[in-house]
Amino acid sequence: MFLTISTYGTPERPATELGFLLHKHPEKAQTFSTSHGTAHVLYPEATAERCTAALLLEVDPVALVRRGKGKGRGGAPDAALAQYVNDRPYAASSLLSVAMSTVFKSALRGVCEARPELAAEPMPLRIEVPALPARGGPDLVQKLFGPLGWSSVVAEPVALDEQFPEWGDSRYVRLVLEGELRLADALRQLYVLLPVLDDAKHYWVAPDEVDKLLRAGEGWLAEHPEQKLITSRYLSHRWGLTRQAMEALELVRLAEADDSEVEEIDNAVDETTDTEDTPVPLAVQRREAILEALRAAGAGRVLDLGCGQGQLVHELLKDVRFTEVVGVDVSMRALNIAARRLRIERMGERQSGRVKLMQGSLAYTDKRLKGYDAAVLSEVIEHLDLPRLPALEYAVFGTARPGTVLVTTPNVEYNVRWETLPAGHVRHGDHRFEWTREEFRTWAGAVAERHGYGVEFVAVGPDDPEVGPPTQMAVFTMAAKNAKNDETDKKEAKAA
Amino acid sequence: MTSTDTATTNSTSKRTLPVTDLSLVVLIGATGSGKSTFARAHFKPTEIISSDFCRGLVADDENDQSASGDAFDVLHYIAGKRLAAGRLTVVDATSVQSESRKQLVSLAREHDVLPIAIVLDLPEAVCAERNAARPDRAGMPRHVIARHRRELHRSLRGLEREGFRKVHILRSVEEVESAEVVLEKRYNDLTHLTGPFDIIGDIHGCRSELDTLLGELGYVDGAHPEGRTAVFVGDLVDRGPDSPGVLRRVMSMVAAGNALCVPGNHENKLGRYLKGRNVQHTHGLAETIEQLEKESDEFRTLVREFIDGLVSHYVLDGGKLVVCHAGLPEKYHGRTSGRVRSHALYGDTTGETDEFGLPVRYPWAEDYRGRAAVVYGHTPVPSTSWINNTICLDTGAVFGGKMTALRWPERELVDVPAEQVWYEPVKPLTTEAPGGLDGRPLDLADVNGRRIVETRHSGRVAVREENAAAALEVMSRFAVDPRLLAYLPPTMSPTGTSNVDGYLEHPAEAFAQYKSDGVGKVVCEEKHMGSRAVALVCRDADVARERFGVEGPTGALHTRTGRPFFSDGTVTEEILGRLRTAVTEAGLWDELDTDWLLLDAELMPWSLKASGLLRTQYAAVGAASRAVFPGAVSVLEAAVARGVEGLDGLLAKQYERAADAAAFTDAYRRYCWTTEGLDGVRLAPFQLLAAQGRSLAAVPHDEQLAWLDRLVEHDPTGLLQTTRRLVVDTGDEASVQAGTDWWLEMTGRGGEGMVVKPLQALVRDGKGRLVQPGIKVRGREYLRIIYGPEYTRPENLARLRQRFLGHKRSLALREYGLGLEALDRLAGGEPLWRVHEAVFAVLALESEPVDPRL
Repeated sequence: MFLTISTYGTPERPATELGFLLHKHPEKAQTFSTSHGTAHVLYPEATAERCTAALLLEVDPVALVRRGKGKGRGGAPDAALAQYVNDRPYAASSLLSVAMSTVFKSALRGVCEARPELAAEPMPLRIEVPALPARGGPDLVQKLFGPLGWSSVVAEPVALDEQFPEWGDSRYVRLVLEGELRLADALRQLYVLLPVLDDAKHYWVAPDEVDKLLRAGEGWLAEHPEQKLITSRYLSHRWGLTRQAMEALELVRLAEADDSEVEEIDNAVDETTDTEDTPVPLAVQRREAILEALRAAGAGRVLDLGCGQGQLVHELLKDVRFTEVVGVDVSMRALNIAARRLRIERMGERQSGRVKLMQGSLAYTDKRLKGYDAAVLSEVIEHLDLPRLPALEYAVFGTARPGTVLVTTPNVEYNVRWETLPAGHVRHGDHRFEWTREEFRTWAGAVAERHGYGVEFVAVGPDDPEVGPPTQMAVFTMAAKNAKNDETDKKEAKAA
Repeated sequence: MTSTDTATTNSTSKRTLPVTDLSLVVLIGATGSGKSTFARAHFKPTEIISSDFCRGLVADDENDQSASGDAFDVLHYIAGKRLAAGRLTVVDATSVQSESRKQLVSLAREHDVLPIAIVLDLPEAVCAERNAARPDRAGMPRHVIARHRRELHRSLRGLEREGFRKVHILRSVEEVESAEVVLEKRYNDLTHLTGPFDIIGDIHGCRSELDTLLGELGYVDGAHPEGRTAVFVGDLVDRGPDSPGVLRRVMSMVAAGNALCVPGNHENKLGRYLKGRNVQHTHGLAETIEQLEKESDEFRTLVREFIDGLVSHYVLDGGKLVVCHAGLPEKYHGRTSGRVRSHALYGDTTGETDEFGLPVRYPWAEDYRGRAAVVYGHTPVPSTSWINNTICLDTGAVFGGKMTALRWPERELVDVPAEQVWYEPVKPLTTEAPGGLDGRPLDLADVNGRRIVETRHSGRVAVREENAAAALEVMSRFAVDPRLLAYLPPTMSPTGTSNVDGYLEHPAEAFAQYKSDGVGKVVCEEKHMGSRAVALVCRDADVARERFGVEGPTGALHTRTGRPFFSDGTVTEEILGRLRTAVTEAGLWDELDTDWLLLDAELMPWSLKASGLLRTQYAAVGAASRAVFPGAVSVLEAAVARGVEGLDGLLAKQYERAADAAAFTDAYRRYCWTTEGLDGVRLAPFQLLAAQGRSLAAVPHDEQLAWLDRLVEHDPTGLLQTTRRLVVDTGDEASVQAGTDWWLEMTGRGGEGMVVKPLQALVRDGKGRLVQPGIKVRGREYLRIIYGPEYTRPENLARLRQRFLGHKRSLALREYGLGLEALDRLAGGEPLWRVHEAVFAVLALESEPVDPRL
């Protein structure tokens, strides 16, 4: 990986003074050992008019993968997250940031004993990073560097493979920054923004990362319109990495076995939508509708089938009428997050006795699910391939047979009302289907008929006169249960 | 069956104490009466659980009476575990109080075994003397013994009422010493009979049909010339025209030892009627009564005695076969209790009644996971089918259906049609037991948690909980319908690491390994670089419906983790259609006598399925390298040109790295091409895995390839692609050299590499262990995609050679064993859960930690 820093000289101030600022002599090639490879600093041109310093970092790809991983089972490194086929040797990432902080340490601090006045002054600069990974594309690069005083920010996308134009652009851009800035400011911006744009796994972990960010961001970060994005991206990936790896490693391997990306498979937890911290209004309305229906049914022992991160479980626990709440999900990752958010381990015995989280799958019948008052399938069925739906139907209505079953699912007719949703798109990448009101009612009616339930429908969210509500809910009530209750009532009446 | 014997006539004569071989034996006697000594003399040490021992376990003191509560909890727990496992258990505690015995009796009932009491009623002096001789009991007050004896005597007469089915009372030291415990088999235990059997479904007085069926089965006058035994599942009587005739036939066959019979609910009711009990003459009993009126008193007595002597179910053929009237869950097999009998006669009901007023039957067969086949009747169904190793033979002969028999162990069905509708059914015959047709899912207990899968070829294969959890997620969310997922391919180990200059893998190690495994002939098969694909293709939609229970698709095409290749089902059907045509044209349906085929194949191009991965990982690395090197090289060239020293080495290295990166890009590009619909898609089948009734996994690869060549030949669409191959003799140097040259030539032209397989396919080494079914030898350029663009640099190769194949090899063999097992189970027509269990285990093992580059 590689970047160049150029400056232009004037008669009073020759361009070669860049060498003083960088503490690297323009006529020499110098080599530094950094934690991830060898850094070279050299000057392809060094005249009074124009001087260019190049920083070239040679990353050892084999060491990168094997570093610190230890020996896994069978003596092989268990490096599911570390690939030999890796862009790190080429792309300007956090590794280059680390190298910069080692090689240009004083320049980054703005210290220059030989030319202190020079370090304090803006100077004409041209910085080129030929392969900069940029999640968010050229637009984000503009947004991040745009407000920082450059007169020109050019971010050209790099094609993935010119032999396959249909694959489109890669996530790399060729970045050229031009303008008058203090060298230290420019370097600090790069130091922070290279890993922010990369937004990938960092290969270093340090406890003082916040301090580092504050130091490097001094003078520009506080006022930056994208400050929040910069801060969260810069800080988010460090401590999360190992934990996520622990949870998902088995799935990573299954994805690899199938030549798939892990995101394709391990996508049960969608962290961007509806977390406890940032609830989506529709999700709140959905939960309210569900709670209302459960209370109306007089349910005490409730199953949340497909509980995800446990938002509904959390709401149910707030009401003591729900004496037992069981969250079931097929994703261990979702269950781990749910357990953490519910703080189950820190609950008192009485509280924790009311709640249980367990892995399960509605593609299989499950004896543990029998005998509950109610089951909720909130935004679950649309995550199943249609041909697998009969299996779910049988597992829930045929085997578990709770007294009440609530099923919510998107109403596809309403999609035209979502301004942000392109026409014909489903609302979530993993939705295998989305139904119209008619389709949902047909299915629900047939299910009710087959399994001895009655069914009613409830609109969730604003009920648009033309396209209906955004979410549709079916409330199934077991018919036999009613009959039996009636019988008991009669007997009681007789006894009386 | 209760027997109390308190023979005291001759105290010196030998007392025999019959004890049922699966029962809970409760020793009863005061402290010091010698229960422990008696137990040790007559039972295995592990069969005896003493309260003293349990006191010691929980309180470090065998005589600490304050720990009795906990000690008995432990005692009951252990006894429960033993009884659940079907083991004779002896409880050595005083048990002189009825409360303590009550708990033991209910424990025995809970596990459906007989409680048996053996009472040691010895004089107080004897007990006192024995206690005095024991240091830990020497201080025990005399009144304790007296109290025990008082309590004992108060209980003695009520033991049978308490529920003990056998009571043996020993009243003197001599009697105790001369007593002999004799183990008796349970009545239902006929495991020593191996048949062969002809199991006959519900008859309901249809004597003529019975005679026809017996004739079909080869019986002459109630006896089979080859010594086969008929087994009747009950419901001989009621509704039909000639119940006495049926009884006469069956009773004489049973009496002659040519048949066994279990009672149906109709015999049970008839028996009660014949004993003079008040029963309703409904459900066809009236007809039987009328018919029996015409018979002699003597005959009616014989019938009553016959019915009285029927045992509710039989365990036959070494435990492989259970016959009863209404079905029986595994935990009741071979057990003896009222509820076992009741379940065997009436089956389980949900407690609900249907719109015809009949009890709703609980679908126990769905839950059944036992190893024994359960053959039963009771529920009339239009046609029989195996569900989870159970089969119902009641095909409603009396309602105008047919009468069905099952040949065992052949598992062949024989049936004869009803001559007429003898009795109008209350409700129409429907398939009430769900079979494969209605999307009935598997049970989570089939796959969840830590499991051991028993395999024919690899013994017991363990699946760890966390791996099962990951597999559950992928299986549930992404896989094709489990009914169509009959197989997942095992992982394959690469060849041992090569030390040849510039190579990480080379054929020499593969040939040498097979040679040392004792494999002479191997076949080298070209490795197609695409995505592993398993194809299940049925002859038509009807076959898919009948054999696999799916409505619509005619098969499946899925990846190595069971995901469908194409989200659009019509594309899958198009591929299956072309495959089907090739199979038909090649004449393989008839040749293999099958209506469906399971194939292992490679689907190309790689970019078809792996495009996401290609873009984010492979192409991205190429793009980044192409973006960075021209600049880096020109900067270095400029610096060198203006005289900066010490850069020559660095520049040369950048040239090399740029060349490596270009070679990497070339490597992945070979496996990518643009497809349009199915244009450009290729499928290279390399093994036929299974066909109707037959796993093909052990068919030698030359035969396999001959079949596959015919498939390719008969595919006019260009979809199917042949697999190039070369047979090598591992003991012949020239042949090995030819194999190596072949590989060098193929990989030199950009081929991925080859797989070396024993020509005989399924092979064991000298020690009887399975040898690897295949070893991959990947090409030098291809490995750049695996180990990175610069892996061939000497300093990188030196480090990469330190790779460890042990775990990968073991994993490959375990998955191979599971795959073979899945195919055997599929071919053997075993229930879906059995096939799924093995398939699921392969997926789970795939999530074990192993170097992903191997």
